[in-house]
Amino acid sequence: MRIFATVIAAALTVVITATAQAFCGFYVARADTSLFNKASQVILVRDDNRTVITMANDFEGEVKDFAVVIPVPTRIEREQINVGDRAIVEHLDAYTAPRLVEYHDPDPCMRYEYLKSSQDRAVPQATVAERERKVARSLGVTIEASYTVGEYDILILSAEDSGGLIRWLTDNEYKLPKGAEKVVDSYLKQDMRFFVAKINLEEQSKLGYQFLRPLQVAYESNKFMLPIRLGTLNAKGKQELYVYALTRTGRVETTNYRTVKLPSDTEVPEFVQGEFAEFYRAMFEKQVEKENERAVFLEYAWDMGWCDPCAADPLSSDELRKLGVFWVGDSAERSKIAPQAQNVFVTRLHVRYDSKHFPEDLVFQETGDRQNYQGRYIIRHPWKGEASCDISSYQADVRKRQEREAQALANLTGWDIDDIRSKIPFPDDTPPPPTDPWWKRLWG
Amino acid sequence: MKTANAFSLRLRDPRYYQIAVLSLLLTYGVAVLDFGIRSQNALLIVVTALAVQFAGTMYSKLPRFDPLSPLITSLSLTLLLRTDMASVAVLAACMAIGSKFLLRIRGKHIFNPANFALVSLMLLSDHAWVSSGQWGSAAIGAFTLACLGFLVLTRAKRAETTIAFIAFYGAMLFGRAIWLDDPFSIPLHQMQNGALLIFAFFMISDPKTTPNTALGRIFYAALVAAVAYTIQFIYYQPNGPILALIMCAPVVPLIDNLLRGRIYRWEQAAEEKIGQIKGVF
Repeated sequence: MRIFATVIAAALTVVITATAQAFCGFYVARADTSLFNKASQVILVRDDNRTVITMANDFEGEVKDFAVVIPVPTRIEREQINVGDRAIVEHLDAYTAPRLVEYHDPDPCMRYEYLKSSQDRAVPQATVAERERKVARSLGVTIEASYTVGEYDILILSAEDSGGLIRWLTDNEYKLPKGAEKVVDSYLKQDMRFFVAKINLEEQSKLGYQFLRPLQVAYESNKFMLPIRLGTLNAKGKQELYVYALTRTGRVETTNYRTVKLPSDTEVPEFVQGEFAEFYRAMFEKQVEKENERAVFLEYAWDMGWCDPCAADPLSSDELRKLGVFWVGDSAERSKIAPQAQNVFVTRLHVRYDSKHFPEDLVFQETGDRQNYQGRYIIRHPWKGEASCDISSYQADVRKRQEREAQALANLTGWDIDDIRSKIPFPDDTPPPPTDPWWKRLWG
Repeated sequence: MKTANAFSLRLRDPRYYQIAVLSLLLTYGVAVLDFGIRSQNALLIVVTALAVQFAGTMYSKLPRFDPLSPLITSLSLTLLLRTDMASVAVLAACMAIGSKFLLRIRGKHIFNPANFALVSLMLLSDHAWVSSGQWGSAAIGAFTLACLGFLVLTRAKRAETTIAFIAFYGAMLFGRAIWLDDPFSIPLHQMQNGALLIFAFFMISDPKTTPNTALGRIFYAALVAAVAYTIQFIYYQPNGPILALIMCAPVVPLIDNLLRGRIYRWEQAAEEKIGQIKGVF
């Protein structure tokens, strides 16, 4: 039985492996396993009515069973479809990922700061996207054309026959989720079109790719939206979606759902460094609940020219062009100037959705807001060296700070405060935590 | 006696309620929904609007300076306009209040002041936008907004514009869902939009820029709803209702020409007692 994978079935890995020195602390988080399961990544490049969409999927299972039905807001032709480079998507993910930064307290007995740092940059290598074009024969009335693009067989469906898609899928033994026909029909009435991509095993083995590469589509349409309704039909619980918008003017937000900034710049206990993935998952979960499961969350909004601190280097002009950022010059023109002045603003949105809380497709707008925002969490390491003076007041300050961090973490994640406290190495010889009533310490 | 009359006249002026409700919404938006409204911009808008109103009062030789209308315009602008530049906020207030004094036909201003400034700046600048999704769609929130707005309208005694707009626009959204065979959760979600309700209750309802007769106002509301729908669902552009209102505003004098009625005065309720108040706002 073949599997019908709707829209973009994928499991996203928030790969944050790079470590880089920066002005605002040091990027240290490592969470190179999947943070969230059942997630998809979509990159939307948008300027005026031109859109380039890149859909990365992390399909698990037999690739021969893989097929994806992609709704696009307008009629498309063969040349508008491309197979992209997975490494670039991973790079963009790493660049925009929520980050943990660390600071080391200076020696309280010294008058200057000492900061230990390590620098270890991991710059994802961008490989040139392969293109192979082969025109295949027409499949009759319902399929307008069939092509092989990279490892994918692409079937563009005829605009004239609205029932064609359903009929074709059923004829070809694809299992349709319940309710798909209605949604497909609604999309067709709204002048949306579909294409089907499945794996050409021969081409895939020839090309030697182990993972499915992202599909890209370029089109012109007033609709600045993302169809999510088909994705809600699989009924395997909530779906996780990341949308990266690359625009010229400013931050992107949804017009039909609330776009909410995740709490950021919070100081958290040191042990979060080892549990960053768990921390982030718990915090996200809590925020989703707080917004009644109806909000889209902003994780990053930044001018692509720089970052501070950098979770990964900004994308190069070449990488941006491959993602479809048509307004950046080619590398020959700007080899010496890059990476400054890209004129690209990146917005990273994270949404957990189901049909109950997100009945309608996501509709976006570009705003003029160029204010930088990042999901940034801070750990501060207390001074652990030999003290050459009386540091009792410093230790008391550290104690207070650790308590503050414990409470901030409990607030953000909903974790039990006592569990959190038990993981914090409080300095010795300091007063007990301020859980005691204040008067106990009043007269000694 | 005279003072008591003046006090009761003030209480009958619906604008006090409107200011209270808009302030409440603003507080809710800033405190609960974290709107990203900059207090500096809010202050600039209020001060500029009052200053321009004062200048306009002098220029038009009006008998007295009226701070209520510019205050309402300032609050509407603060609630809807998003900008990252203080100068855009100042310009918005200038354009809004200035348009009342400069763009007039037969004793009425043509455009709702906040609407005029919003649309002009959105078209002219990249630094002005409306965050229509920021209110969320929590049903309870929408319900509260609707009730509070309704209070203002019943005081203003011109609720038919709002009711007609919501009815026509809602009918089109539900009609579209029926045509597409979509679940009704979609049009319901579309209706539960805070920005749409603020528009319906506080912008299109403006008695100074709507037709003078009830029939005219219902026709006008239907027209705005149809244009808003076209912008939003045929041309797929955001902010359909706000754009539609400015596009339809020039039709108001034509409707008034066909259906004659009295020009609205805020102090209308008390007019019979104290006679005509000379003033345009």
